[in-house]
Amino acid sequence: MGSNQSYWQKNLRLIMICLLIWFIVSFGFGLLLVEPLNNFSLGGYKLGFWFAQQGSIYTFVALIFWYSSKMNKLDKEHGVEE
Amino acid sequence: MDELKLYTYIAVFGSFGLYFAIAWWARAGSTSDFYVAGGGVSPVQNGMAIGADWMSAASFISMAGMIAFLGYGGSVFLMGWTGGYVLLAMLLAPYMRKHGKFTVPEFISDRYYSKTARIVAVVCLIIASLTYIIGQMKGVGVAFSRFLEVDYGLGLGIGMAVVWVYAVLGGMKGITYTQIAQYCVLIFAYTIPAIFISFQLTGNPIPQLGLGSTLADGSGVYLLDKLDMVVTDLGFKEYTTSSMGNSLNMFAYTMSLMIGTAGLPHVIMRFFTVPSVKAARSSAGYALVFIALLYTVAPAVGAMARLNLMNTIEPAAGQNMVYAERPQWFKDWEKTGLLKFEDKNNDGKVQYVADPEKNEMVKVDRDIMVLANPAIANLPNWVIALVAAGGLAAALSTAAGLLLAISSSISHDLMKGVLTPNLSEKNELLAGRVVMTLSILVAGYLGLNPPGFAAGTVALAFGLAASSIFPALMMGIFSKKMSGTAAVWGMCSGIGITMLYVFQHKGIMFIQGTSFLGPLEPNWFLGISPNAFGAVGALVNFAVAFIVLKAKGPAPAEIQQLVENFRIPAGAGAAHNH
Repeated sequence: MGSNQSYWQKNLRLIMICLLIWFIVSFGFGLLLVEPLNNFSLGGYKLGFWFAQQGSIYTFVALIFWYSSKMNKLDKEHGVEE
Repeated sequence: MDELKLYTYIAVFGSFGLYFAIAWWARAGSTSDFYVAGGGVSPVQNGMAIGADWMSAASFISMAGMIAFLGYGGSVFLMGWTGGYVLLAMLLAPYMRKHGKFTVPEFISDRYYSKTARIVAVVCLIIASLTYIIGQMKGVGVAFSRFLEVDYGLGLGIGMAVVWVYAVLGGMKGITYTQIAQYCVLIFAYTIPAIFISFQLTGNPIPQLGLGSTLADGSGVYLLDKLDMVVTDLGFKEYTTSSMGNSLNMFAYTMSLMIGTAGLPHVIMRFFTVPSVKAARSSAGYALVFIALLYTVAPAVGAMARLNLMNTIEPAAGQNMVYAERPQWFKDWEKTGLLKFEDKNNDGKVQYVADPEKNEMVKVDRDIMVLANPAIANLPNWVIALVAAGGLAAALSTAAGLLLAISSSISHDLMKGVLTPNLSEKNELLAGRVVMTLSILVAGYLGLNPPGFAAGTVALAFGLAASSIFPALMMGIFSKKMSGTAAVWGMCSGIGITMLYVFQHKGIMFIQGTSFLGPLEPNWFLGISPNAFGAVGALVNFAVAFIVLKAKGPAPAEIQQLVENFRIPAGAGAAHNH
């Protein structure tokens, strides 16, 4: 059971990292920091506006795939894959 | 019959024929087929099916229109309705798939060792799903009556019949494969007009890039800067910065939609159809890819539709459109009552400004933006026909997923689980089909006679899922000690406070005049709108559950062992050997 405990701890740490990024790009860049970020631009987009309507969504997609691949590795390391 | 109508008939009935053929090929033979498509759906297929399941008439028809008029404020829908998938992939789907049951209430019942918890979950699920279906049925009726000019009721009837054939015959298996086809239809129908319009306006065919490009008219001005200029000149709020309420409201609204998305049973259910925990994780990723295809195009559709609308009405400052020379699409939508003009200063020209005293476009319904967009941009008729088929695909696929969630919670959770545990598999399958038929009839009746509160209840569905189902599932997985009593208390107080807040501002059961605090913003708690209150309800749910847990003691040891088991992907035996 010790191995399962450390597997779960590692999973929790990974989830915390992912949710921190999830929070920063959407609630952080897209909402709370939108005004300062709008002083910068990305092509014709104001940067804060871009995060709110485009960037956060791309980041969400990347996060899920990154989490999946890390977990697949973790499953193998701990011998708990199906 | 004119050309547009002919193309529309071909697109709509051609797509229906495709759905029937798929339904016949994928009919369900067992309860496992009927509830979870035999558990053998690949992650990419499941991702597409989740995409169609999730993207309803609201995503397809209403969202870009809301963004067009809200500007930056519309971002809450974009982030809220996609960010929930991150939560699903990491906090719920893999563990619930590992546990390996058919329905969400069944998971709650096993984890919280309580029939009360199961019944509370069934009630939440049915309320949330039924209110959603009303919206889909209305979408079907409107699409038929606008594009094929048949009676609203007849259109609704045709839609019900189509869903009945493939959902009742095929169950989850039939629904999965038709949803894959419906995803393809709806994404083509959404992106093709957007590509045309983006190319027309900016010379860049990719809408996501077009929105950030300069206009193709040679002025060298960025599209978004131009749009900001046009709308502020007429007194509207600046497009790229106009927020929705205060920033706490936007924060709570986004959070409510995210956790509401993650807590909606008809979406969670789709994760039970994949063969493994690994596949459950990756299918959330594929689902979001397919959803993001539409959701990153939607802001471009919204902004470009707004710009085209403004430019049609006032091509250059002071040169307003003469009403007698208005284009055909303007006349078509006037007939539906969704677009209304009133010549207040009797100059025969159309003035569209923010000042309500001078504004002559007295009604521009947000829902017409996506449907009218191709016509406003003068796109060919086959593109307009495609949009009709796409809107129907979006509405039908979501309705089918919701119907399955309702019928399984009744036949599997209430009948097999609580009332008649001795039901044989064959009879359970029959019961599932009968319940689904009845659900379609109820949904059709509600679509034909929509209750006055239909619009408000969609927000309530998210509030319910966010404040009850999501916290219960998450605590069940991440807190081993969480007990059944504590979870039931949490769910009831979460729902309770959310419903109280919605009712006190919008009326009890949305009946006008029964609201005791009124709908006005100054009365909102910290400026949070009723639609955004689900996040607060969820916080209350968590807090109450942990207080009751402290007072009443933890879950029994065998339940804690159960949680240990579904936290790891491998079976208990394999883990023991290690």
